[in-house]
Amino acid sequence: MIERAIPLIYLGAAASFVLALKWLSSVPTARRGVIVGIAGMALAVGGTLLRPEIVSYKWIAAAFVAGTVIGVPMAMMPMTAVPQRTALSHAFGALAAALVGTAEFYLQAPRIDRFTMGALALEVLLGFLTFTASLMAFGKLQEILPTRPITYRNQNVVNLAVLGVAAGSGAYLVARPEAAWLFPVLAVLSLLFGVMLIVPIGGADMPTVISLLNSYAGLAAAAMGFVLDNKLLIIAGALDGSSGLILSVIMCRAMNRSFTNVLFGAFGQVQEGAGTAGEQRTVRSATAGEAAAILQAASRVIVVPGYGMAVAQAQHKVRELFDALTKAEIDVRFAIHPVAGRMPGHMNVLLAEADIPYDRLVEMEDVNSEFPQADVALVLGANDVTNPAARHDRSSPIYGMPILDVDRARTVLVVKRSMSPGFAGIENELYHLDRTLMVFGDAKAVVGNIVRELAGGGGN
Amino acid sequence: MSPELEQGLYVFVLATFVGFEVIRRVSPLLHTPLMSLTNAISAIAVVGSIVVAGEQKTTLSTVLGTVAVACSMINIVGGYLITYRMLRMFRKSDRGKP
Repeated sequence: MIERAIPLIYLGAAASFVLALKWLSSVPTARRGVIVGIAGMALAVGGTLLRPEIVSYKWIAAAFVAGTVIGVPMAMMPMTAVPQRTALSHAFGALAAALVGTAEFYLQAPRIDRFTMGALALEVLLGFLTFTASLMAFGKLQEILPTRPITYRNQNVVNLAVLGVAAGSGAYLVARPEAAWLFPVLAVLSLLFGVMLIVPIGGADMPTVISLLNSYAGLAAAAMGFVLDNKLLIIAGALDGSSGLILSVIMCRAMNRSFTNVLFGAFGQVQEGAGTAGEQRTVRSATAGEAAAILQAASRVIVVPGYGMAVAQAQHKVRELFDALTKAEIDVRFAIHPVAGRMPGHMNVLLAEADIPYDRLVEMEDVNSEFPQADVALVLGANDVTNPAARHDRSSPIYGMPILDVDRARTVLVVKRSMSPGFAGIENELYHLDRTLMVFGDAKAVVGNIVRELAGGGGN
Repeated sequence: MSPELEQGLYVFVLATFVGFEVIRRVSPLLHTPLMSLTNAISAIAVVGSIVVAGEQKTTLSTVLGTVAVACSMINIVGGYLITYRMLRMFRKSDRGKP
């Protein structure tokens, strides 16, 4: 009897997911969004457990426990590790879809209709390729694997050939589902393609790639919905797919690049020779004490955080600096470039973790008009997104990329480990401007020293 | 085209449009929590996984289903928990100001 209610329970779950995403649009309602999302998932799981096909709960219960035991520590990771964690969870999500697809194939194999087989092939292809691609992305973000893009001759041809054969096997299975021997071919080639897809992608492109993998994981779930004729899966998968797609488009736009360029362009390798050609230009450097004195004399400061701040784990020291300057009635804001860091919104969560109020974090479009009025722009571990060459140098590989107009502030303080170029491998002309002062050293140590100098009074 | 496929495609297309409209409005400030939340939602694969694991039709399907349930559960628990943790960190400047 209760089974009759299952479609209604699923409908409630689908509506909850839409509401969850809607409420996530702004901070005051966002937590409510998470709660309704949890409610939706509870309905989905609860409804499924009521289904009459289920004859035993033994393995389901064991899997629930195992998933919880692994899931809780994964939620407790520090905010600096969020990009890796996200890549890893994309891998788990995609693997689940691929495994269910595999199980369904061997359950239904010869007597499978064409349409179901088509959806199933898509589910398995997307699931397995997203699984290995996400693991590769995880390896690169965790720096187990080299973050530089790895390229070889005819790489794109080889990659497309692998994808082509995988898709071809899927198509053949749709026409002739009895050719079950082709299924492992499809699975293995999909796994292989996932690896090959990420090999030529560099660290700076990770925000786009992670978003794209998010989208694929969702689409795999939607394909599963078609296989099982389950609308809830289709809706949740479509929501996830569109979210990942929107984020990857935003990331691409923020780098002035196309999808194809991100996936096949192998950014960050080609230009290595170009930067060294220019003559050795002068750079002015400053000590932490001098930087403190400059900051103290300012009334408007804009901080530009980048991946370097995350690497140095400097966000808590930045908070101390923020507090010290705010106490001195200096207006401090943070300029956030959409691709700063390794995933969309990475800098925002890091700064929020350090307890910096979110209304002090300003997006690129809103903050750029304010740099001319700023006394100091403090660049912390950001590089390519501040390079003025993107505005005027047509020969630069990053020409046309929207940047933060840091060079329009009265004084620019750049905290940087050394003069080495950024991920795009390009010299940053910001560092050679007259108004720029370089403070060399680890971001955490330098900011710590500046805070100490400020506390010491007068910065002497 | 079978009616199931037709209905499924309608649902997919409309849900995608709803997704675009809703997610376009999400502030860039919250893009990381958005991704962890959609990650948790895509663990909806748990629905298919539970059925495959619980039907116990063949050993292979039970094993694959059980692993899939565990993977989905990792994302459900981990995804919602970390999203909630992140959102608790976002605060406005009024509070705690000297």
